[in-house]
Amino acid sequence: MESTYELHEGALWIRLKGELDHHGAKTLISKLSSQIDSALPLRCILDFSGISFMDSSGLAVILYTHRRMRELGGSIRIIHLPDQAARVVNASGIDRLIMQDERSGSDEE
Amino acid sequence: MKSENYISLVFPSRSVNESFARMCVACFAAQLDPNLDELGDIKTAVSEAVTNAIVHAYPDSIGKITLKAKINQNGELHITVRDTGKGINDVVKAMQPMYTTGGSDRSGMGFTIMESFMDKIRVRSKPGKGTSVDMWKRIVPRSGGAAM
Repeated sequence: MESTYELHEGALWIRLKGELDHHGAKTLISKLSSQIDSALPLRCILDFSGISFMDSSGLAVILYTHRRMRELGGSIRIIHLPDQAARVVNASGIDRLIMQDERSGSDEE
Repeated sequence: MKSENYISLVFPSRSVNESFARMCVACFAAQLDPNLDELGDIKTAVSEAVTNAIVHAYPDSIGKITLKAKINQNGELHITVRDTGKGINDVVKAMQPMYTTGGSDRSGMGFTIMESFMDKIRVRSKPGKGTSVDMWKRIVPRSGGAAM
């Protein structure tokens, strides 16, 4: 599980790569948390294009980021969700929790 | 139901084995010729059940997890994930969406995912004795290709 971070015009781009399960989630959340704390972005863009597998640990990552950005008065967007990960998100119903418009616009780069 | 084929796997509750466990069942299930969605669903459900055992059954120790996968005569995949850990006091509560006793790295959606990706799930648990999760999924043979 790898993650890279890039701050661009107030938006923190977080690119995830590999298999996102419980084994990798804890380290990822602590990395992500310290990156958000130091960047204090207006928006977080979680790019899932490099994710080859995701289970409910990925939902915890999305929910954590969503909660943290709400506390900062910002928003999150989830882009390039592969089919398998999208099935997990849809089955969980968290896509109803996190506004639909935050998931759209996946063409923007 | 008489099983046509089966595997049995025992491994310690180390998180590094989550990936191995789901890959193993996916490879075994491949003989049923599942499509990509079905294969992804099976991997995800196994990952959830194994993670639960690692996180909740043995919170402060390393214990044994037994994973079994069977293919029944009707082309149904039956997966069992069993531990001898601390057990679940209230199974109904544990299965509620968003309910978790874990930290911020847990979503509380594990059972919800297992239920929605598999045809049937049964959870039996005894506090102090352990938990057994059984899951079934029938793979419908695709037209043009015969399963098994």
